[in-house]
Amino acid sequence: MEERRAIVEIKNVNKIFGENHVVHDLDLTIYEGEFLTMLGPSGCGKTTILRMIGGFEEPSGGQILVEGERVEEKEPFERNVNTVFQSYALFPHMDIFNNVAYGLKMKKVKKEEISRRVKEMLALVQLNGFEKRYPSQLSGGQKQRVAIARALINRPKVLLLDEPLGALDLKLRKEMQLELKNLQKKLGITFVYVTHDQEEALAMSDRIAVMNQGYLDQLDTPEKVYEKPVTRFVADFIGESNIFEATMSEITGNTASIGLEVGYALGLAEEGVTYAPSEMVYACVRPEKVLFSQETIEGFNIKGVVREQIYVGNIIKSNVIIANGQTVKISRLDIDEVPKVGERINLYWNSDDVVIMKSRGYQIRSVIENASLGGN
Amino acid sequence: MKKNYKARNKTIPLLTTVSPVAVWLILLVAAPLLYVLFLSFLSTDGYNVVFRFTFDNYKNLINPTYMEIYANSFLIAFFTTLICILAGYPFAYHMALAGKKKKAVMMVMLMVPFWTNSLIRLNGWKTILGKTGFVNTLLLNLEMIHEPVEILYTRGAVLLGMVYTLIPYMILPLFASIDKLDRSLLEASNDLGANKVKTFLHVTLPLTFAGIFSGSIMIFIPSLGYFFVSDIMGGGKSQLIGNLIETQFKAANNWPLGASLSMMLIFLILIMVTVYKKSGGNMEDLGVM
Amino acid sequence: MRNRRKKFGSVLSNIYSYLVYLFLYLPIFVVLLFSFNTSKRNIVFEGFTFEWYLRLPDNDSLLNAYGNTLFVGCISTVIATVIGTLASYGMSKYKFKGKGIIDILLYIPVVIPEIVLGISLLAIFNLSNVPMGLTSLIIAHATFSIPFVVFTVNARLAGFDRSVEEAAMDLGAGRLKTFFTVTLPIIMPGVISGAFLAFTLSVDDIIISFFTTGPGSNTFPLKVMELTKTGVTPDVYALTTIVFIVTVAVTFLSQRDKKKPVKG
Repeated sequence: MEERRAIVEIKNVNKIFGENHVVHDLDLTIYEGEFLTMLGPSGCGKTTILRMIGGFEEPSGGQILVEGERVEEKEPFERNVNTVFQSYALFPHMDIFNNVAYGLKMKKVKKEEISRRVKEMLALVQLNGFEKRYPSQLSGGQKQRVAIARALINRPKVLLLDEPLGALDLKLRKEMQLELKNLQKKLGITFVYVTHDQEEALAMSDRIAVMNQGYLDQLDTPEKVYEKPVTRFVADFIGESNIFEATMSEITGNTASIGLEVGYALGLAEEGVTYAPSEMVYACVRPEKVLFSQETIEGFNIKGVVREQIYVGNIIKSNVIIANGQTVKISRLDIDEVPKVGERINLYWNSDDVVIMKSRGYQIRSVIENASLGGN
Repeated sequence: MKKNYKARNKTIPLLTTVSPVAVWLILLVAAPLLYVLFLSFLSTDGYNVVFRFTFDNYKNLINPTYMEIYANSFLIAFFTTLICILAGYPFAYHMALAGKKKKAVMMVMLMVPFWTNSLIRLNGWKTILGKTGFVNTLLLNLEMIHEPVEILYTRGAVLLGMVYTLIPYMILPLFASIDKLDRSLLEASNDLGANKVKTFLHVTLPLTFAGIFSGSIMIFIPSLGYFFVSDIMGGGKSQLIGNLIETQFKAANNWPLGASLSMMLIFLILIMVTVYKKSGGNMEDLGVM
Repeated sequence: MRNRRKKFGSVLSNIYSYLVYLFLYLPIFVVLLFSFNTSKRNIVFEGFTFEWYLRLPDNDSLLNAYGNTLFVGCISTVIATVIGTLASYGMSKYKFKGKGIIDILLYIPVVIPEIVLGISLLAIFNLSNVPMGLTSLIIAHATFSIPFVVFTVNARLAGFDRSVEEAAMDLGAGRLKTFFTVTLPIIMPGVISGAFLAFTLSVDDIIISFFTTGPGSNTFPLKVMELTKTGVTPDVYALTTIVFIVTVAVTFLSQRDKKKPVKG
């Protein structure tokens, strides 16, 4: 892998609002030119992290470095990062030209240069000729572009985007995702993007930081986050998963035999990871990786009945009930073979399609979490 | 669906809801004002109104004594408004940025003095500012002065009384406009390189201008007419247009002249309100209290 | 550094707001204090006494004036609230000719100086032989209160979902039934705060009462105004103190009640 230069370094940062511990011991390095997405449900601390980088919140502890320089003490206007706000935050009393020019005016850039750069910027976001209009006269998508232009004109080292597409309808959102991604590639600026939409995160990011209740659960490429989730939360939050509570019983080579609540199965033991005998784990299999057969398969014993089938466009989703009452989801393209409703089938999978996750760390943490929230 | 239906009759509900207010306003707002307009063109025999058409009342408005009173009244109205803006803005800003609970407490605390009649409260000021009042006693004890100074019965005292009576009318619309302000706009401005002062000048101030304007109207207009403030705090030494009108209707019994003075005020207000509306002001904001 | 600067700023602005409150409350404290003063003239505090409070029940002219104030306040509030609520409802629901004129007429009492409204009412009462006294006071007070009620109810109606009325009619309620069982309960908070505003304005009014009262029907503010010429006596302060304490207590209690969770 090529040597990458760190642009934002977050070191052991905590943030506490009153009694709420919003960000826990966060360590995160963001590299120059990457598109990093902070993904998580609302209240997971992702926006707070963004606001700490932008300078709107101060960390309760820890350090934030931008280009190797500590910035916790710096005001937002002293930092070389810019933000695209969730609600756009366009100045309603200024026309588009003055909105976009605002940052340059504050820096006392010469008039000719301002008008040249505003023109450039508006061309970049395809809003040529909109200079004289006011924010109230623009559509949501256009406001979004103005907000981006207004931030980018300052040539920030890092652009922070706080759920920028949240207010747009689905179709427009898809278009803007592509556009934003292309813009980022073209300019080579680091984008730090906050969203709760996992599809958006998977589609746009170089790396995804999955946040859960103030903790960074996983930081990896979209493929890795999808294929190899490291916690049950990540597996559950991103895409659809079948998660089994299981115990490790035997490891031969890299094939692990695992005991389920009802039956047993095979899985792939991660290299270099050691397991205690009968250690509690989660086994996670994506619906499209679950296989089925009338015959019993060597190493597997999971029997179930197909309860229902749902057609979602060209995909057929089948729900299979297994003996302990758990529903196992199977999805197939409509051109593939699918089980029939009411049919009894044996479930299995390729051992390298299952991800085995240690459950202890996560469990301990959630116990602490629950205790500190008063047992809720 | 029925094929031939009557157009549903909305006349009765409309009449029951709207006609009382229409009748009331026509009889008790429109008619009186038109009558005053009419009065302003009549003459007087020194005691009673005489039905003889004349422009004299308007001509009489222009004379050196009155000019002095207008000037004094406008000066006081202007400085009252200015002081209320300068003193009220930081307070309203602080209140708007406070937490929900603190905001509610501050609001109630602002309203409570209102429930004591302003005449009584102005009399309280009289006690404070008089020759043997707190302020003079304090200054004497600190040896900053050697004999009591006249604070009461000056133009300054009238100004203080005006600011005191009217400042909530500035704070409330200011608070409303600052409270409405989207905080992310301030953050955006900060983010784009503007410090606190620049953000205030380029974003906060322009966006709360409507509040300043409506507050100013709600202060400037009454302060031309609040004759009782001048009576109590100025002891009759600092006459306002309000005192002038009051005199015509009570002591001097020259109603036509008083009517023409009132018309002059109305004309002035018409101009101010038109400017306010033209600049995008909302009329109902003038009635928030 | 940044933290300390922020703290300093917030301390400063807190101090400033306390100063503003001091400015607003200082004369009230003086009034409270001087209601216990042994001297009849409110110039220096000479000694402590309850005398003025004890003598209050015998002070017919003062109590009479206060009674007038409350009477005029109550009646004019009822009139203004009924007319204002109906008007707000009707004007927001129906379109009709002349609506613009009513709008303008509503703004006039709010915008013109009270003194101009006062003298115009005096002039028209004089012309039409309306008896000057409590009647003229009530009419005058209702006149300046109506617009404030309309605006307050308007604000409440602005957030009112008309479809609940349609639902009521759909379920068989007539126009009147709909208004009393659905619309009115929903806009009630606006109506109440409008009425409260009207009452406050009436009780506090000086200028319009000054022009529209008649012989023998003094209101409390007018009585104070009369006394101001010769010097306000401590019994007025004693009455003010009692009223002040009652209103503060009521406010405090109503604020506390608000915090209780609403059932339903």
